[in-house]
Amino acid sequence: MNQLIISAATEGTNPLVPNPWEMLVVFAGFAVLMFIVVKYVVPMFEKTFAERAEAIEGGIAKAEKAQAEASAALEEYKQQLTDARAEANRIREEARAEGAQILADLKEKAAVESARITAQAHAAIQSERQAAVVSLRTEVGTLATTLAGRIVGESLEDDARSARVVDRFLADLENQNAGAAK
Amino acid sequence: MHLPAIVPWGAADGFSKQMLLVILSVVIIATFFLLAARKGQLVPGKMQFAGEAAYGFVRNGIAKDIIGGKDFMKYVPLLFTLFFFILVNNIYGAIPLIQLPSFSHVGGAYVLAGIVYVTWIAIGVKKNGLKYFKLATVPTGVPVYILPIVIPIEIISNFLVRPVTHSLRLFATMLAGHLIVMIAGSGIEFLVMQENILLKGTSVLVLGGAIAMYMLEALIMALQAYVFTLLTAIYIEGALHADSH
Repeated sequence: MNQLIISAATEGTNPLVPNPWEMLVVFAGFAVLMFIVVKYVVPMFEKTFAERAEAIEGGIAKAEKAQAEASAALEEYKQQLTDARAEANRIREEARAEGAQILADLKEKAAVESARITAQAHAAIQSERQAAVVSLRTEVGTLATTLAGRIVGESLEDDARSARVVDRFLADLENQNAGAAK
Repeated sequence: MHLPAIVPWGAADGFSKQMLLVILSVVIIATFFLLAARKGQLVPGKMQFAGEAAYGFVRNGIAKDIIGGKDFMKYVPLLFTLFFFILVNNIYGAIPLIQLPSFSHVGGAYVLAGIVYVTWIAIGVKKNGLKYFKLATVPTGVPVYILPIVIPIEIISNFLVRPVTHSLRLFATMLAGHLIVMIAGSGIEFLVMQENILLKGTSVLVLGGAIAMYMLEALIMALQAYVFTLLTAIYIEGALHADSH
């Protein structure tokens, strides 16, 4: 190695003067390498890059599509939820109205019924009274007649007597009534 | 330190170690990327991922960022090949037993810079016609009386100096790095051989420096591959959009 440097220095070789054979080898080597690169290496790498870019872009497109689908679904669900809320409100309103209607109907029915019962009671009372009046009318006549007959039959002068008569009469009447009640 | 050269450095003919390494680099790069790209799975394995990261670095980090637009894809193969061809050939310099960056021999750097030179001029002419040479040498917005000075400067800087700096930048950094590491290695060897124990001890210092230089060189090897490719992209972009520069 020392020899090399010494020989290079002593022989006076100019390092700027090229060796033509070396130049030829470098040129040929470079040409061969360039050919391989142009023909195979670059196309293969570019093909891979293109495929990869496509795959990634395809993946992105897919993801975007999924995203769009998801937001569409979300929108749909929101819409459905709103619809369902509106529906529920509507049903609630309807139920309330219906309930009010039923209540009103029932009230009316009850009123009618109570009116009917009251009327019936009135009628019954009326007829009872009528019957009572009729029976009273006949009985009062009989009683008056009987009482008058008794009073006439006994001495009318004797107050005590007449009082007794009246008492007896009333007692009889009561007995009669009790008997009638039995 | 490294394998012997097949023929002495600087010899005019014969099959050299450098040539073997250049051919090996083509095999390494082609094999790696063909294997990495072959499967083309959507979810890449380790190797495919590494290949894609490397390819994507040149494709997006250099071609797309610098050239941009719709037509950067046309120049990706050239930039990609340049970057990895130079990278692998440079990294040779950092691999023990190989330790020969191919572009420390100037011929390879001339060839690559020449290919790039022809390419960007062809792109410029194809895009703008022969008017391209006017666009590339006559800057707009410069007062007429300065043009006689500016135009020669532009011609020299764009068409004469550019390919030279492009190639020599790569060559010189590789040669210098190679030499520094070699000199450090030789220096250590020389110092260790010394009888004087103190002088022998200084070899440790040189070793420390050599390791630091080795790290720096490894960085520069990768960096120069990047710089060469980046400049290529910038030249192509300049040729494509000569009318707006």
